Amino acid sequence: MAFQNARMLAPDDRLAKTGPVRRVFRRVEAGALIGAVVVWAFFALAAPENWLSITGVARILDSSSTLGIMAVAVALLMIGGEFDLSTGVMTGTTGLIAGMLATELNTSIWLAMLVSLVFALAVGFFNGWIVVKTRLPSFIVTLATFFVLRGANVGVTRLVTARVTVSNIDQAIGFLSARGFFNLEFTLLGTQFRTSTIWWIALAFIATWVLQRTRYGNWIFAVGGDVNSARNVGVPSERVKISLFMVTAAAAWLVGMMGILRLRSSVASEGIGQEFVYIIAVVTGGTLLTGGYGSVVGACIGALIFGMARVGIVFAGWDTDWFYSFLGIMLLVAVLVNAFTRKRAEEVRIAAAKARTEEEVT
Amino acid sequence: MKRFVTILTVMAFALAVGGFAFAAPKPLVLGLAVHENPSVDTFWAVVVKGAKDAAATYGVTLKWGGSNQPLEQAQLIETYVAAKVDGIIVDLSFADALKDAIKKATNAGIPVISINSGVDKYKEFGVMAHVGQTEKVAGNGAGEQFNKVGAKKLLVVIHEEGNVGLEARADGAAETFKGEVVRFNVATTGVRDVSGTVAAIQDKLIQDKSIDGILTLNTIIAEAALDAVKATKGSQKIATFDLSSDVLDSIAKGDIMFAIDQQEYLQGYLPVVMLYLYKMNLNTIGGGLPILTGPGIVDKSNAALVRDLAKKGTR
Repeated sequence: MAFQNARMLAPDDRLAKTGPVRRVFRRVEAGALIGAVVVWAFFALAAPENWLSITGVARILDSSSTLGIMAVAVALLMIGGEFDLSTGVMTGTTGLIAGMLATELNTSIWLAMLVSLVFALAVGFFNGWIVVKTRLPSFIVTLATFFVLRGANVGVTRLVTARVTVSNIDQAIGFLSARGFFNLEFTLLGTQFRTSTIWWIALAFIATWVLQRTRYGNWIFAVGGDVNSARNVGVPSERVKISLFMVTAAAAWLVGMMGILRLRSSVASEGIGQEFVYIIAVVTGGTLLTGGYGSVVGACIGALIFGMARVGIVFAGWDTDWFYSFLGIMLLVAVLVNAFTRKRAEEVRIAAAKARTEEEVT
Repeated sequence: MKRFVTILTVMAFALAVGGFAFAAPKPLVLGLAVHENPSVDTFWAVVVKGAKDAAATYGVTLKWGGSNQPLEQAQLIETYVAAKVDGIIVDLSFADALKDAIKKATNAGIPVISINSGVDKYKEFGVMAHVGQTEKVAGNGAGEQFNKVGAKKLLVVIHEEGNVGLEARADGAAETFKGEVVRFNVATTGVRDVSGTVAAIQDKLIQDKSIDGILTLNTIIAEAALDAVKATKGSQKIATFDLSSDVLDSIAKGDIMFAIDQQEYLQGYLPVVMLYLYKMNLNTIGGGLPILTGPGIVDKSNAALVRDLAKKGTR
């Protein structure tokens, strides 16, 4: 009884009543969503002709889809409190492995892709295992993996092919069926879309469901928020973290496969530096660098903003020399809006909770 | 007495010659510093192969490396100087950034040969000789070829920022091309996100439908441009600098019009031979003029022959 009274006297702020507008602003994605609308409107004014056509939509989705797939996985990992700097180069490594198996050993592309997936999962496991066993920052551990893979991408490719590209992957057995499954171009409303977009949307749905509706999703938030508390209440934190690294590596594999199936070749430089683009997309989407807080939908919006910027600057006919400056300004604005909406949302929450408490006390 | 001196002189001479002949010859150590590390570019792979092949033939020990960061490339040169190598081969794509490092080498009495880019800088830097293609002249050639097919608006795709060689190629093409030249910077994605580069070129072709020619400055970007043209169902004529087996296939099929070949294998091979001859026999080659390895134009007529060699990684 006493316990119940205490609860009633100090109600949880999560129980505070909020209006629908406030509820939208309370969401993690609010800042990114506002940013996306602003960027979209901006280019709608700057380049209305192409931007406001179905072609414009298709181009934006093409530019954001593989980035979006990575952002989904990286968001889960970052909510779980870890970084992976080997994600970018992993898209290259997996592509090279599958490409070399298919072209040099003449295996079916499906088998080559399977071997490549096993490799990716093994590296993901290794990353996670080292991080949880040594408790070293994942930033450093995966940076080491990044360097090792980066060197191996060039070294192994040169040893095997005497060059630094793997070409003629389209002559492998099963290439067309694999392309059809992972990265087909299809015509909808008279415009070319890619199946990578469908993959992206499907994965975003699955990841959001897992994060919001399953026990595993709760565990991800828990280990990212406070790993010791999580462990104390019985969350298998090591298993959660290792599995997140494996999911990220698998996503990199998927993007790597989409790359080689689209380009019919693989380059040893593929993916280098892209890991930061993924992290930027995730952070733009409202996920905290510190872990424990974030959203998959937000990360997808972040990827969409990035894709819009890439296409928009070209469609507007601007000098692409300025791309990074534009991106920098956009990133800063997005982060500021995020910080502002989060603060506002918290103020609203706390004020509402206070009001409720006072109401009940009096 | 006089006879004694003569005998002594002869004996000393014989000893010296004998000593020179019989002492185990210390192999020359040469350092190669290029602007990609490790070369993530098909082009530099061929340069390095040329240098390695020459080093193996002449019994020279070759150290090689590089970085796409000018500072790191400069540091590598300084490492070679500290290791007292017998000669340094350096690509001057980021010329000014390397000036001080090259000066350290020449001050230490180490002969330096520059390759590839930097033909307008090498003399000022005190470099012994330059082996490469004058980028501007090569660009001129590309511009003229596009005039021949009647192109009106040429998209020049720049895939790397701050590389004077690429800018000179674009300048050269702009000089001779009679129509309008549009420079398009895709360095954001470049050769690190090739799908992204395809998408960017696609976007540009949608935005500017009057573009009827595309000149790329790298073979991977040439294939990306081809993918973009196919995806937009366009009919733009494509040409590129440099060769790869993919590009040669595309030329043979008629998808790519021609490639400007600078025979980069020679840019790795020749400097090793030149430094060898200089150290062994004080020979210098070139007469103070740059030694040109290009441009040659590879089109449908000779693509098949060059293609077989490209598969071996030497073209």
